[in-house]
Amino acid sequence: MKVNKKGALVLSALVAGSMLALAGCAGSDPSTPESSEPAAAGELTVWVDADRARALEDVAKTFEQEKGVKVNLVVKDYGKLRDEFTAQVPTGKGPDISIGGHDWIGAFVKDGVVAPVELGDKAGDFESVAIEAVTYESKTYGLPYAIENVAVLRNTALAPETPATFDEAVAMGRAAGTEYPFIVQQDPQASDPFHLYPFQTSFGNSVFARNADGSYDAAQLTIGDEAGQAFATWLGSQGDTGTKVLNLNLSGDLAKEAFNAGKSPYFVTGPWNVADAQAAGIELSVDPIPSAGGQPAQPFAGVQAFFLSAKSENALIANEFLVNYIATEAVQTALFEAGGRPPALSASFEAAQADPIVAGFAKVGANAVPMPSIPEMGSVWDDWGKTEAAIVKGVADPAAEWVKMADAIKSKLG
Amino acid sequence: MTGHTLEKEHVTPEVRAARRKQRRAEAWAEAAGAGWKVWLVKIVALGVIDAMAVYAILVLISQDSWLVAGIAALFVVAVNYVYLTPGLLPAKYLTPGLIFLFVFQIFVVLYCVYIAFTNYGSGHISTKDDAVNALLIQNQQRVEDSAAYPVSVLEQGGQFSFLVTTPEGDAEIGSADRALEPAPDAEFSGGRAVSLAGYNTLDFQQLVANQAAISALAVPVSEDLNDGTLQTRDGSTAYQFISILEWDAAADTMTNTETGVVYADNGNGSFESADGQSLATGWQVWVGGDNFVRAFTTESIRGPFLGVLVWTFVFAILSVATTFALGLFLAIVFNDPRMKSKKYYRVIMILPYAFPAFLSALVWQGMFNQDFGFINQTILGGAAIPWLQDPFLAKVSILIVNLWLGFPYMFLVTTGAIQSIPEDIQEAGRVDGAGVWKIFRHIKFPLLLVAVAPLLISSFAFNFNNFNLIYMLTGGGPRIADASINVGSSDILISMVYKVAFVGAERDYGLASAFSIIIFLLVAVISYVSFRQTKVLEELN
Repeated sequence: MKVNKKGALVLSALVAGSMLALAGCAGSDPSTPESSEPAAAGELTVWVDADRARALEDVAKTFEQEKGVKVNLVVKDYGKLRDEFTAQVPTGKGPDISIGGHDWIGAFVKDGVVAPVELGDKAGDFESVAIEAVTYESKTYGLPYAIENVAVLRNTALAPETPATFDEAVAMGRAAGTEYPFIVQQDPQASDPFHLYPFQTSFGNSVFARNADGSYDAAQLTIGDEAGQAFATWLGSQGDTGTKVLNLNLSGDLAKEAFNAGKSPYFVTGPWNVADAQAAGIELSVDPIPSAGGQPAQPFAGVQAFFLSAKSENALIANEFLVNYIATEAVQTALFEAGGRPPALSASFEAAQADPIVAGFAKVGANAVPMPSIPEMGSVWDDWGKTEAAIVKGVADPAAEWVKMADAIKSKLG
Repeated sequence: MTGHTLEKEHVTPEVRAARRKQRRAEAWAEAAGAGWKVWLVKIVALGVIDAMAVYAILVLISQDSWLVAGIAALFVVAVNYVYLTPGLLPAKYLTPGLIFLFVFQIFVVLYCVYIAFTNYGSGHISTKDDAVNALLIQNQQRVEDSAAYPVSVLEQGGQFSFLVTTPEGDAEIGSADRALEPAPDAEFSGGRAVSLAGYNTLDFQQLVANQAAISALAVPVSEDLNDGTLQTRDGSTAYQFISILEWDAAADTMTNTETGVVYADNGNGSFESADGQSLATGWQVWVGGDNFVRAFTTESIRGPFLGVLVWTFVFAILSVATTFALGLFLAIVFNDPRMKSKKYYRVIMILPYAFPAFLSALVWQGMFNQDFGFINQTILGGAAIPWLQDPFLAKVSILIVNLWLGFPYMFLVTTGAIQSIPEDIQEAGRVDGAGVWKIFRHIKFPLLLVAVAPLLISSFAFNFNNFNLIYMLTGGGPRIADASINVGSSDILISMVYKVAFVGAERDYGLASAFSIIIFLLVAVISYVSFRQTKVLEELN
């Protein structure tokens, strides 16, 4: 009994103590600097993922030496960045800067958590698709650092080239005698509008009409037009009731596995699957995506960027850090070497072309269109994927199904 | 101590006080007898707690968090009272648990309830001040084709000015209340004006120290306000901006300076114009029961919600029923003395229970794949059954997997319960001429239920919120087409709540919280009623 009581006392003391310690921590976050103190030179908190953290260590040190401002690189899980940024910026405990994908911008602006970055004349130093991507309502939200897009990975042992049209590619794939002539990853329930988009654009269709400055006009939904219907018809012809080139059950993992096992000469995918394919001993070539509808096949481009918090108390330092340090060739090249994705800054972009894989993706990327970042896209993806899945599975009239989808999206956009 | 009670009627107040003193002394002595080491630990630990609490409270007060500070103070006083007062033994054991209960359960529940009555979600995540601030930042439009001005920030008597270099190479100076004017005396360095007599030029450290003021500084380009203002974001380059939105704090309105449209606070956390257009960024407000009303009255939410509700009940009831039936059957079979090598079978039986459920669900998802899955390919010889794509089959698949996951548990508990049923009652039944079925039906099963019914109820409650299985196996799919919220036909309430709150671009935490309160009420009512029922069962026995 005595022992128990003592144990209980100690334990409860520890427990209560740690609880209060937690309360104390929650109450006073030591990492938020008081910017009003004149002597303290401020601090910059930057949220990055592990790869970016390694690449940015040097520039953070340089910045500290030159400007006397400490840069705290906080490593976060990329998948959680978006939600944490949205949740923490309003509390005042968020970072000054965070990395992220450009397609988050619309939601960030709606939530009021992101501030524009004025690039000034520096905007001209970037690849145009990168600037278009981070431009939202004619202001640049974020400093781009990498561009990624899909292209065709070709197994050079199985096919000598990637023909210009989809039908020829499929014929060449069949001639190779592999299990699959041409792989586009799918999902049983949501198909894959992202990976199918280059084929959709090759019919001359796009989701929204674009303004002169390259931004999307949410008021003009163009997905259901005649070009879109032609794509839907084509999609049906490649599905379960047609050539069976597209297979809904060939999910991302299975598609990659099949390609890496040499079961197909062609695979529509992005830089993220290159390393594994090379590790599996596949000789790769990165080629343009064949056109299905006669016009150029333009994939979506995803642009990675640094975002500035709307509630940053260090906006001046943050802008200085972004515009005059991150937007330099050395840093952009370091980021490229850490991530393997083509840099957004033109000078670094050119330098990265020495790698044939990067050059291959970049060549396709030159044609790419930025993925829409308007918040309305959230309503689009759902219906889009579901309808494509239904069409691939086989419906009587794909074009009618497509128009139905366009109407449904329109009603949700309101 | 017992001797005192006999002479109770004679005690005077003085005697009582003396006794109380004596008892207290005894308690102190007893506590001291526990050893000075315990005392030391106790005092030191309490001292540490108090010190941290005082610090935390001071910090909280300095941040004007009076409520939290008050709660923390209340807690620390309670903790000191409990551990310094002799006796109160139950409280000494319970206090840590109660504190944890409050922090991790009650607080979370209360916060969830609070959120359910707000419009917290996409576009409404912060305060009105933040929203106004964000709107103003977003609507600073750079004047088209305007030049970039190299800028030096000057200071004079605590006032900041911009010394800019025009594209023509001339120096101009201006401040918040003084439009740009030529400054011919400025000194240049490397093609940009850097200093002016009578003014201090700020270096980077000073810029950083005053960054809030400098970021907010807007210098009019000319007397005509429509030309916009010069502002700097990085302290070295200024750009010409025009503000599209104007905030009138007194009137509580936003005015679009281009179109003249006035947006007023509509009471729902947005600025809205007279013709119903609202600005994108809003703020969090108290909306009362709106979320609950929406859950039950908006057609595109109510339809799927009711469908999901029914399926949740079907899923939970069928899960309990099927797993219990299989578990009971196996328990009876394995309890038969004629069964050989029971131990080994039992170990195999328990295996599904030993794997993490979400892992099993993922493996099953792969096995159910229409074209590549083990079930279609190997067991059914290449059939193309859309297990997870068909709304009905997806539900069947979920029940099959849950049966596999859940029967070992039922097998375990019923085996225990069956073994505890006395053999002599069954013997008596047999003597009275009851067959095997009758003995099971009228003797074993009722006795079994007394022991197992509470477990069945908790199993029901668990399956009612069996998020892992649904999320990992089907993800709630296939999606229901005409629902305005992201919901699929195999979604149960909790997975639907998750999707409403955390999936997709449109997050609606308020609605999700309202749903979760509805779930809580349902589970609570069902559990309460069921436990009442089992009490009746016990009384019958």
